[in-house]
Amino acid sequence: MALTKETLLEMYFRMNEARFFEEKVAWFFARGMVHGTTHLSIGQEASGVASCMALKKCDLVSATHRGHSQVIGFGLDLNRITAELLGKETGYCKGKGGSMHIADIDSGNLGANGIVGGGYAISVGAALSQQYLKTGRVVLCFAGDGSTNEGSFHESLNLASIWKLPVIFYIENNLYGMSTSIDKHMNIKDIADRAKSYGIPGIVIDGNDAIEVYETIEKAAEHTRSGKGPILIESKTYRWSGHSKSDAQAYRTKEEVEEWKAKDPIKRLRKYMIENEIASEEELNKVEENAATALEEAVEFAINSPEPKVETVTDDVYA
Amino acid sequence: MEMKEMTYKDAIRLGMSEEMRRDKNVIFFGEDIGLYGGAFGLSVGMLDEFGEDRVKDTPISEAVIAGAAAGAAATGLRPICEMMFMDFVTIAMDNLANQAAKMRYMFGGKAKVPMVMRLPAGSGTGAAAQHTQSLEAWLCHVPGLKVVTPSTPAQAKGLIKAAIRDDNPVCFIEHKLLYKEKGDVPIDEDYIVPLGVSDIKKEGTDVTIISYGTILQKVMIAAQDVEKEGISVEVVDPITLYPMDIETIIKSVKKTGRAIVVHEAAKTGGLGGEIAASITESEAFDYLDAPVLRLAGLDVPIPYNRNLEAAVVPGVDEIKNAIYKVMNR
Repeated sequence: MALTKETLLEMYFRMNEARFFEEKVAWFFARGMVHGTTHLSIGQEASGVASCMALKKCDLVSATHRGHSQVIGFGLDLNRITAELLGKETGYCKGKGGSMHIADIDSGNLGANGIVGGGYAISVGAALSQQYLKTGRVVLCFAGDGSTNEGSFHESLNLASIWKLPVIFYIENNLYGMSTSIDKHMNIKDIADRAKSYGIPGIVIDGNDAIEVYETIEKAAEHTRSGKGPILIESKTYRWSGHSKSDAQAYRTKEEVEEWKAKDPIKRLRKYMIENEIASEEELNKVEENAATALEEAVEFAINSPEPKVETVTDDVYA
Repeated sequence: MEMKEMTYKDAIRLGMSEEMRRDKNVIFFGEDIGLYGGAFGLSVGMLDEFGEDRVKDTPISEAVIAGAAAGAAATGLRPICEMMFMDFVTIAMDNLANQAAKMRYMFGGKAKVPMVMRLPAGSGTGAAAQHTQSLEAWLCHVPGLKVVTPSTPAQAKGLIKAAIRDDNPVCFIEHKLLYKEKGDVPIDEDYIVPLGVSDIKKEGTDVTIISYGTILQKVMIAAQDVEKEGISVEVVDPITLYPMDIETIIKSVKKTGRAIVVHEAAKTGGLGGEIAASITESEAFDYLDAPVLRLAGLDVPIPYNRNLEAAVVPGVDEIKNAIYKVMNR
């Protein structure tokens, strides 16, 4: 299915939402309004948004600690995401999860994960449910480059492969596991090469190209939905910000960051739409304005939402 | 209630099989559980009855076994997964403790994780330090997990069924030395041993012993021995180790005025300390005639040599001596 104008504009909208959201998170953080840390995904919007949008409405996603673009891409409600970040009662997790655990199981969002590689086995289990219950749904498992050195990566890809489970392992390779560049952590150039060990396809894509991300995931979903088993996709991208809010970024140069900023995935999608006469400057400006307004409303919603009642601290440990 | 004599191991299989017949969303997976029938032969025949879709052999991959159980449970199935030995839960711990246990709370009460992890535990098998541990205290220390352990065949059947029907991650600790123990088991398919209810295994008036698992048999022998000497022992089996029915224990201690906790697991950081503290913090404190004693495994890895291995775990004489001590005899 070719990308429609409507889908492209929605993608552009969500990518802008994600960008504005992250900028707001940084703003909140600077003012001490965020309790704890946060991992920004500025620069990774195409990777997080376009991938989720290529899924069918019914499909499932598990996200990572750097998951804001992913959950916005999945289409979760920006109001409730923002409220969760501020720890409010109206947040997706009633203020108990925060930045690293935004989840909405009912809509198929299996949650962001604070454990690097924590989503692999959960995704395998969710895919097992889909296969056993014959739902026709697939699971998109987000993970980062660093997590592919975890044992759970190996165990999960191997099991998913032998059981032919409907899961896409989608690695956002932003070149650094916290401070360590991947060339210090693995002796291969492409993480996708690891797919060979599991007898599954491994594909490398430009994670800053929203169109390529969308089309690849769409095909991958079709592949795994048809019962052919899992697939590994490596999405090469870059995070403009540090690992978390405490990162002085001594491990990379300003020049490198600038080089990647020039590959801004949002500007790139905008350029694509204008050059291909899909949308006009005015239309796209309007989409950006709408995204900014949506964020303003979300921020207002979150700030005006109540704090969770202290008595709820012992609720929901058990079902 | 109609009964049939069977082993503890067969009772667990019967409980699992009944639940799998009752609910098609119950599936079972682990290492060598299918054709091989499990390392202890517990699941022999289940593959034939339920087929490969529901009785699934996995690679030797404990982390994904636990995590896949959590993921499947959160999305509509009721998986039973097996660690071949409880010791291997170390490899599965992230998925059990950081994922399965926390999903519901961390996600604001929306997830349900109805999974059972079966964990064969305990020493006395000559399998040395990495196949013999009793790690229940680790599991009890993680809010979000439930931890249960049957000490008789009847309990084994009723408790595995209750664990499967529970909407939370339940760690089901089995005792390898009890696998071949026989006992009368209710054949009624609705027979359930509810979670969170202690069993008063023997009534008595002078001292309460709280114990569970394999070592409970030694406790019963010791209790019968001292009975002849005029000491009346009440024995409480908590069955559910977390969240424990501490009220039954407190009530018993208020009656007897003395308490001893006996378990096979290493003493330091073990449940004995937790139970003892719960007693002394409660109104039972005012009724105590002696300090609450802990009788537990030595703080050593389980050794291989038969005599050394036996020396780690309290024996009948040590239990009797503890009873004499609290009775001031």
